[in-house]
Amino acid sequence: MSEKLSHSTYRMTGRPSLRSFAAVVGKKEGEGPLGPCFDQVFEDTTLGMETWEKAESQLQKEAVSLALKKAELLNSQIDVLFAGDLLNQCIGSSFGLRELNIPFVGLYGACSTMAESLALASLFADNRLADHAMAVTSSHFASAERQFRFPLEYGGVRTPTAQWTVTGSGAAVVSADGEGPYVRGVTLGRIQDMGINDINNMGAAMAPAAASTIKQYLMDTGTRPQDYDGIYTGDLGMVGSELLLQLLSREDVNLEGVHQDCGLLIFDRERQDVHAGGSGCGCSGSVLCGHILPRLREGSLKNVLFIATGALMSPTSMQQGETIPSIAHLVHLSREP
Amino acid sequence: MNISKQEYGELTKKASPNSKSYITIPSAFLVGGLICVIGQLLFALYRRMGMIPMDASTLVSITLVAASAVLTGLNVYDNIAKFGGAGTLVPITGFANAVVSPALEFKSEGFVLGLGAKLFIIAGPVIVYGVSASILYGAILFCIRLFQ
Repeated sequence: MSEKLSHSTYRMTGRPSLRSFAAVVGKKEGEGPLGPCFDQVFEDTTLGMETWEKAESQLQKEAVSLALKKAELLNSQIDVLFAGDLLNQCIGSSFGLRELNIPFVGLYGACSTMAESLALASLFADNRLADHAMAVTSSHFASAERQFRFPLEYGGVRTPTAQWTVTGSGAAVVSADGEGPYVRGVTLGRIQDMGINDINNMGAAMAPAAASTIKQYLMDTGTRPQDYDGIYTGDLGMVGSELLLQLLSREDVNLEGVHQDCGLLIFDRERQDVHAGGSGCGCSGSVLCGHILPRLREGSLKNVLFIATGALMSPTSMQQGETIPSIAHLVHLSREP
Repeated sequence: MNISKQEYGELTKKASPNSKSYITIPSAFLVGGLICVIGQLLFALYRRMGMIPMDASTLVSITLVAASAVLTGLNVYDNIAKFGGAGTLVPITGFANAVVSPALEFKSEGFVLGLGAKLFIIAGPVIVYGVSASILYGAILFCIRLFQ
C-alpha cells in the first residue's frame, strides 16, 4: 500500500511500472527538436476529420491504441483509464475514448492532466486496485485557439509571453509490476493563485504552483534537486521557467542545471515562432511519453521528477476579470524500483 | 510560497519581455501605409474609369474588403498581420478579416448557431460602440446647433 508521507505526498511501496507509452503529435511538433522521438507525426493536423474537436479526439484514440499495442494488452485488461484535455466538458477524451469500453475517469487539470492522470493511475496500480491502469491526455492547437482565444485566421498579434498550444497526445500504461521505468512517488498539488490575470502569460501564473509542489516533494522525501538527473516541468515556457528558478532560490532550493521545461524542449522558440514556448496538456504528455520515458527505459536518465502544470481559468472567468488559479502535480520516475 | 502577490507581480514584470516596438511600430506603419496607398491607387484608377469621387471611394472600400476576405480565406491574411500588426488591424481590411475569420472558424457548428451567431464575435463590439458613439456625437452636435 502506498505510504502517505505528508498531506499531499505518497511514496510507492510496490513497483508500479510503466509498461508502455506512446506519443503522437502534429506537423509543427514533428518539425521541432524532439520530432524524431514521437511514435507518430500527423502531417495533416485535421487527421482527416471535419472538425478540430474530432481531430483532437482522434489524437487520443491513436495514442491509446498505440500504447495498448506496445503493452500487448487488450482493452479488457485495462482496469481503469484516467483521461482529460482542455476542451469544454473534456470532449476530447470522452468522445475519443468512448468506443474503448474501459472503465473511464474523466479529469480536468488543464495542462497538468498528464501528471494528474499518471499519479492516479500509479496510486491505483501500487495499491493493487488495478493490474493495469492508463493515463492519457491531449491538446490541439486549433481546438484550444477557438475555445480560449481567437479564430485561426484572425490577424490578432500574440504577445512575447504567449505560448503555443501543442497538438499532441501522450498515453501511458501503468502496471502493478514490471520491467520499469518505475513510479516512486507522487505529490498532488495545491491550487496557487499569485494574482496573475494575463491570459497571455500563463507561465507566470503557473510558476508558483510548480514551485510549491517541487518544494513539497523535496521536503517530504528529504532530497535535493541535485539527487535527480532532471526536473521536468510541463509548460512553464521561458517566462515561467525563469520565475520558477527565482521563486525556489528564495526558498534556498537551487534548480539551476537540473531544470528542464517540456514547453521549451518541444519547439525551437526562435525558428518555430512560438514566442515563450509550447503549452497544453499534449505538451507535457507527448514530451513525457516520447522523450522522458524512453530515455528512462534505455537508461540515459535514471531519476527524474515530472511536474505538469495547469492554469485553471476558463474563457468566462477571464472575461470576468478573475485571476488565474494554477496547479502542479508531481510524479517521481526512476529506472530502478 | 514565501512571497507576496505584489512582490510576485513585480518579479513577473521583470521576467516578461515586452514587444520589440522598434520593429513592430515601423512594420505596422509600413504595412498600414501600404494598404492606404493601394486604396489611393484604386481610387485614382476608378476615377480614371469615369466614376464620380463618391462612387469611386465606395468602390475602393468594397474592393479592399473583398480582397481582405479572400486573403483570409486563403490563409494569407493572418500571415501578413503577423508582420503588419496594427497596420493590418486598423484599416478596413482588418474589419473584413475580423468578420470572415469567425465565419470560417465556426461554420462547423452550423449555419445558424455557428456561422450566423458567431459572425460578429470580434467585430460586433466595434459596430455596437461605433454606432453608439455616432448617435452620441450626433445628439451633441444637434444640441450645439440649437443654440447657434
